[in-house]
Amino acid sequence: MLPLRFRRVTMSARVLVGVKRVIDYAVKIRVKPDRTGVVTDGVKHSMNPFCEIAVEEAVKLKEKKLVKEVVAVSCGPQQVQETIRTALAMGADRGIHVEVSGKDYETLGPLQVSKIFAALAKKEQADLIILGKQAIDDDCNQTGQMTAALLDWPQGTFASEVTLEADKLKVVREIDGGLETIKIKLPAVVTADLRLNTPRYATLPNIMKAKKKKIVNVKPADLGVDVSSRLEVLKVDEPPQRQSGVKVETVHDLVEKLKEAGRI
Amino acid sequence: MFPACRYSLQARRCVGALKAVQAEHVAPQVCSTRSSSSTLSRITTHYSVYPRDKDPRWEGVEMERFADEADVVIVGGGPAGLSAAIRLKQLANQHEKELRVCVVEKASQIGAHTLSGACLEPTALSELIPDWKERGAPLNTPVTEDKFSILTEKYRIPVPILPGLPMNNHGNYLVRLGHFVRWLGEQAEELGVELYPGYAASEVLFHEDGSVKGIATNDVGIAKDGSPKDVFERGMELHAKVTLFGEGCHGHLAKQLYKQFNLRGNCEPQTYAIGLKELWVIDEKKWCPGRTEHSVGWPLNRNTYGGSFLYHLNEGEPLVALGFVVGLDYTNPYLSPFREFQRWKHHPSIMSTLEGGNRIAYGARALNEGGFQSIPKLTFPGGMLIGCSPGFMNVPKIKGTHTAMKSGMLAAESAFSKITDENLQSETAGLYIPEYEEAFKKSWIWKELYSVRNIRPSFHNYFGLYGGMVYTGIFYWILRGKEPWTLKHNGLDADQLKPAKDCTPIEYPKPDGKISFDLLSSVALSGTNHEHDQPPHLTLKDDSVPVAQNLAIYDGPEQRFCPAGVYEYVPLETGDGMRLQINAQNCVHCKTCDIKDPSQNINWVVPEGSGGPAYNGFSMIV
Repeated sequence: MLPLRFRRVTMSARVLVGVKRVIDYAVKIRVKPDRTGVVTDGVKHSMNPFCEIAVEEAVKLKEKKLVKEVVAVSCGPQQVQETIRTALAMGADRGIHVEVSGKDYETLGPLQVSKIFAALAKKEQADLIILGKQAIDDDCNQTGQMTAALLDWPQGTFASEVTLEADKLKVVREIDGGLETIKIKLPAVVTADLRLNTPRYATLPNIMKAKKKKIVNVKPADLGVDVSSRLEVLKVDEPPQRQSGVKVETVHDLVEKLKEAGRI
Repeated sequence: MFPACRYSLQARRCVGALKAVQAEHVAPQVCSTRSSSSTLSRITTHYSVYPRDKDPRWEGVEMERFADEADVVIVGGGPAGLSAAIRLKQLANQHEKELRVCVVEKASQIGAHTLSGACLEPTALSELIPDWKERGAPLNTPVTEDKFSILTEKYRIPVPILPGLPMNNHGNYLVRLGHFVRWLGEQAEELGVELYPGYAASEVLFHEDGSVKGIATNDVGIAKDGSPKDVFERGMELHAKVTLFGEGCHGHLAKQLYKQFNLRGNCEPQTYAIGLKELWVIDEKKWCPGRTEHSVGWPLNRNTYGGSFLYHLNEGEPLVALGFVVGLDYTNPYLSPFREFQRWKHHPSIMSTLEGGNRIAYGARALNEGGFQSIPKLTFPGGMLIGCSPGFMNVPKIKGTHTAMKSGMLAAESAFSKITDENLQSETAGLYIPEYEEAFKKSWIWKELYSVRNIRPSFHNYFGLYGGMVYTGIFYWILRGKEPWTLKHNGLDADQLKPAKDCTPIEYPKPDGKISFDLLSSVALSGTNHEHDQPPHLTLKDDSVPVAQNLAIYDGPEQRFCPAGVYEYVPLETGDGMRLQINAQNCVHCKTCDIKDPSQNINWVVPEGSGGPAYNGFSMIV
């Protein structure tokens, strides 16, 4: 007979998946004229690609009947509901929209988001949190790790393979030297890397069905989280324009030019 | 006699014509000759050219589609489609009837594929949503100054815009049409319209009796070589009592429908132009919000129709929208509309505005120029054509948005009364609604297009541009288009190219990187992207034709008229000869290649939904 704890964890396991609405990767970014950030109004947005992979992994686990419910969570203004709907269309069961807008949204960062996730994990009694490894707009790569620390849960980051074995999670991680396999106990936090899976398309019939799935609105204050930021953005600039190179004919010329530029 | 008999007779005639056409309309190009050269690997892998039921890689793949029913399905979430949707819901609420209206749109968000100048005449908008100002419609820049000029290489000759001339813009607004379309989308959603951006209608569905049953959205998950991927999913079928097709200029489904129902039997072929546009942030000192400038002449010669626009927008930053239009009936295959545009910007009068500024966006789209003479039959069993798809642009005014919106509204009104008529006995499963065409002929669109019908064709004379302007001055300004004759166009744009050996190559100046730019950096600014691993959606009926005909006779005009660098002739790996390389990912969905290809071998089909440009409030008007 399987240990009681195993059965409890897997058959009623609830997965929280974080999805972030970011500027689409193919769009050319433009810095706002007042240098406080980038232009977002009217610009094409979509779900962060690593979050798509996270949703796909959660839905796969549900299809294998290893978890019972997948809850998609996003923090932001009204528009993030579209992103949650996409997750619902991919197979998540319900959504939670944590309302953060205006100045708070502009300064929202990994620390506040991980506090929100930690609070939600406790409230929803989640057994597993799957997040994208990083967002393509800030490239922070911090939320998963901070969430695990706040909850004092084990973490399997940069996952390229996730397998549920009894009450442990076997995670193959992509690291600088190659691949590392670890076993972590549930409940845990996993962050998805590129090769974890290929996300499915959100097909139109599923988008239509997703309209009937519930999205609950929650405020950070309800979760006891203070979203004020301890960071202040002073200035945002475009990277310096690449200067054109100069071809030189001889080594002598090269040395001269390097001297001119003060390099030697 | 009784109205029912009259409609049924017309419906039966339509279906009869359809059956006759079906007999000649040979089944898909399965008989297309494979490329003769063994060194040519397949360029086209799309299932519209190589059907999947004969393809062994597709054996056993589940091809069933999920289907859903709506009252009206609208293809295309642009001004026409959204106006029709809004009007339908307004009528439904007014008469307390339930109506399910679904709009499918290939762009990932409403407005992302909208490109126009744009100078909007608010007549149709005021009819549709009289309190548009209170509702926050983004019409922020009323026209304050209107200038028209003829350019020569160094000088600018101003032409007075007398009241009554079509280019007079008093009372109009400069808008970013993409933002306007986005606002229309919000109004539609408030009224309960179901909007589905990111899903392209790729196939028209038919009932057994030949009437239109609805559409099917695109399949996803097909690999570049045409085989199914693991994530393959069939599109979905949306069935409707009537389907409105508002795909914009030269829609690909409309192209099929013209053949299927013989809708162009009594009109001239549509003629087109390509419009290229850029958005610039300029020096504040040079910015005059509300100023509208148009020009003709340099750098085009007098026999090539075209001109430019430059609009100063009032949207917070010192933004100008500027662009260049070239008629696609040009004859010299060495002409590159993109490079004419870049060259035009160096004219002293334009450069003075742009100097010190920064280019932030680029895009291109084909537009209709055929006007009155090219309007096809607008209704057929189960469907109707609205907007720029059949083509209601007022060419001398260079405005088509107001007529597109009005046509959507008229279609909605006639469809609504038919759908909610409880005693209706329709001859065909898909509703046939000739009332739309009748209402259209009584509307102001018809009168407006009739009055300007001779202006564009008047350019087909020895004096070209100047003859046209003289004609406009006499017959339009004085007689308001009441002359009893109707001039003809020259025929299909694709037939106008002269062989390369009879034409002189044009020497274009190199882009300077400050005012003029190269093609690829421009395409990057359009934000266009497509899923890389899918069959190219620029399909060739015959893979061998580009090198054998287009390159051999016309020196490959597609490498010049495509504003996105999709078509490239590259040397073969073996060294001798060239092959056509199609960079489908760059495509900005302008449709110029489908229009101008002299061999009419290119068939643009819709790629996976969400692919394409990501214009932000871009409007390419004109």
